[in-house]
Amino acid sequence: MLKRAMVAVVIAVAPVLSGVPEAAAFCGFYVGKADTSLFNEASQVILARDGWRTTLSMMNDYKGEPSDFALVVPVPVVLRRDQVKVIEKKTFDRLDAYSAPRLAEYFDDDPCLPRVLPSPMASSAPDTVRRRGADALGVKVEDSFSVGEYDIVILSARESDGLETWLVQNGYRIPSGAAPALRPYILQGMKFFVAKVNLKAQARTGAQFLRPLQFSFDSEKFMLPMRLGMINATGPQDLIVYVLSREGRVESTNYRTVKLPANMTLPTYLRDGRQFTDFYKTMFDQQARRENYKVVFTEYFWDMSWCDPCAADPLSREELLAAGVSWLPPDGGPPPSSQPGRRPPLPPSAANPVMLTRLHVRYTPESFPEDLAFQETKDRQNFQARYVLQHPWRGSPDKCKAASDYLKALRERQDREARALANLTGWDINDIRRQQSRAPAVTPR
Amino acid sequence: MTMPAATTRRSVPVRRWRSAFLRSRLGVRITSIDARYLQIGFLGSFLLFGALARDFALRPEQVVLTFAAALLTQLAGARLTGLPGHSLLSAAVTALGLSILVRADSLWVHPLVAMLAIGAKFVIRWNGKHLYNPANLGVMIALLLLPGAWISPGQWGSDMLLALWVATFGVTVSASARRFDIAWAFLAIYVGLLALRIVYLGARWAVLENQLSSGALILFTFFMITDPMTTPNHRLMRFVYAAIVAIGAFVWTYVFFSTNGLVWALFLATPLVPLLDRLMPAAKFQWRPPAASPLAGLPASTG
Repeated sequence: MLKRAMVAVVIAVAPVLSGVPEAAAFCGFYVGKADTSLFNEASQVILARDGWRTTLSMMNDYKGEPSDFALVVPVPVVLRRDQVKVIEKKTFDRLDAYSAPRLAEYFDDDPCLPRVLPSPMASSAPDTVRRRGADALGVKVEDSFSVGEYDIVILSARESDGLETWLVQNGYRIPSGAAPALRPYILQGMKFFVAKVNLKAQARTGAQFLRPLQFSFDSEKFMLPMRLGMINATGPQDLIVYVLSREGRVESTNYRTVKLPANMTLPTYLRDGRQFTDFYKTMFDQQARRENYKVVFTEYFWDMSWCDPCAADPLSREELLAAGVSWLPPDGGPPPSSQPGRRPPLPPSAANPVMLTRLHVRYTPESFPEDLAFQETKDRQNFQARYVLQHPWRGSPDKCKAASDYLKALRERQDREARALANLTGWDINDIRRQQSRAPAVTPR
Repeated sequence: MTMPAATTRRSVPVRRWRSAFLRSRLGVRITSIDARYLQIGFLGSFLLFGALARDFALRPEQVVLTFAAALLTQLAGARLTGLPGHSLLSAAVTALGLSILVRADSLWVHPLVAMLAIGAKFVIRWNGKHLYNPANLGVMIALLLLPGAWISPGQWGSDMLLALWVATFGVTVSASARRFDIAWAFLAIYVGLLALRIVYLGARWAVLENQLSSGALILFTFFMITDPMTTPNHRLMRFVYAAIVAIGAFVWTYVFFSTNGLVWALFLATPLVPLLDRLMPAAKFQWRPPAASPLAGLPASTG
């Protein structure tokens, strides 16, 4: 066996999710007034839940004209103005950076030097609404108000055709086939949150993009109404859910939740350029296809009161509050972390009792026929989609006896790494070996 | 007693075929062995499938500890109360069931659950029977009382083929355990309610398919609710019981939007069993069929 002394650790955070294409919706659909067909390809949601208290934040990655933007989301209760907020996109960015799949690098020791005990892991990370005709259609405007750049209407409806007609009459071009998709929500007593952009208000905010919407409510339903978003879907769509909870890992109750293959040692050339991002995307494609798009993948689960090492600074008390965490102790939260990276391990009950589960679903309308339902488990075993690069020692086999043994073991290890990568991604093993042999030497920093 | 309902509905050729099969050498052999061996085979292969192909998040040590705790508790309980030793088979069935259902992030949860579940067989008794299905009780203890324990209803995935395979195997087991009837009664009512919900909501039938192809439902139907020791002795009362559990599970899941409706419904309905047994008394189930006539208790042989 090869001895693996860790002499340095560098964590590279992969911006896996940046550059999400096209407009998307998951919990509702975007209803455009233009005829351009709208795609749903990827979406991000933050779901904070404690008991029945639920806060749902939805990231708009809508790319069209703001005047054409509209959003319809089924919600379990009539939302009042004080239950709806606009939050900053950076809350999503922070959660993404904190929980993104990552690469860890280690360096082999010189086999000829006396063996030293592995050093502890070093620090981390450089790292107004028309009401006309509503009654006749069975649609009731429960409330209407403005929040930030959005004009919001909360509707309840008696039947789906009426709701569809109301939306059309009020200038929303909703996707064909909307009524049958709306019906189950109406019959389950759900209300509809409908948002449009108020252009004047948007101009005042000065923001170039539409900020995420967030609403809080009490409901026994721990679920995401993702079916509506599938109306204008053309192929597999991605959904990332950051679930913030108090007790433990969150998983789906009506679909299988699996952990992504992780923690394997892979060829070191993956550290260069976009190689790791390519690897992760391909690996995810491959895994999702193998499961026929029928599973929910866990990419990350960690107690947020500590991380070791952290890929990004842990979220501050303010950031957690912004993300919808309602159960933070009144004061005496964590001291503001002035130095980035690692924070001391604290007992889970201390500091912020917040667990973050990052779920990634790639689904098709066929593979996810019902809305995603969740449960919070009492599982507290941390998990992250983390991949390891073990840089070889570069030296002469003649330096000492141990050196030639090391190099022999190294060849076997590199072969295992190549096969692991081929298996995960479906890439050609010969290509992998070729790239592996050309991998430049990397020296510990 | 009149001919059982399930038998009267069965067409003549099927009845003849079944009757002939049961009289054949193989049929006699199958029906004369203790059904728990079949159960152990069935649950064992299910566990193996889960561990190998489904990432059940279960450690081998947890399985070993579950078995050790279950068997030791059974031995100790049998010695203290003077119950027959062959109940070790039942303890093994419970240990398998708990291994399949309970998840924990520590090593102590599984043996503790097994010990409490089996121990309750000797403590919570009524009319010569234990009250709770030990696996059901164990799951509830884990859910309600123990930190770091949970169950994963979605762990099976929705693979129709697997579901069918398990169902078929399950039928064999419950048929020879002669509690075939309660499984079908439960399934008919529960699936009927799910189907009505689909029709009412105008949802797609794929939703029902997703719900039905869950291993959890099938395991519950053919393994947990079919436990002859913890269900009413009289057939009609078993149907009533199946209906109560099915409706309870449906309401729990789709009206209250809570999780684990099946195990909750069975747990909450269990105290009704003594009441149902009193309303319509019948002979208590025996795991080992009388050696002289293995066919005596089978409904088909009366037709």
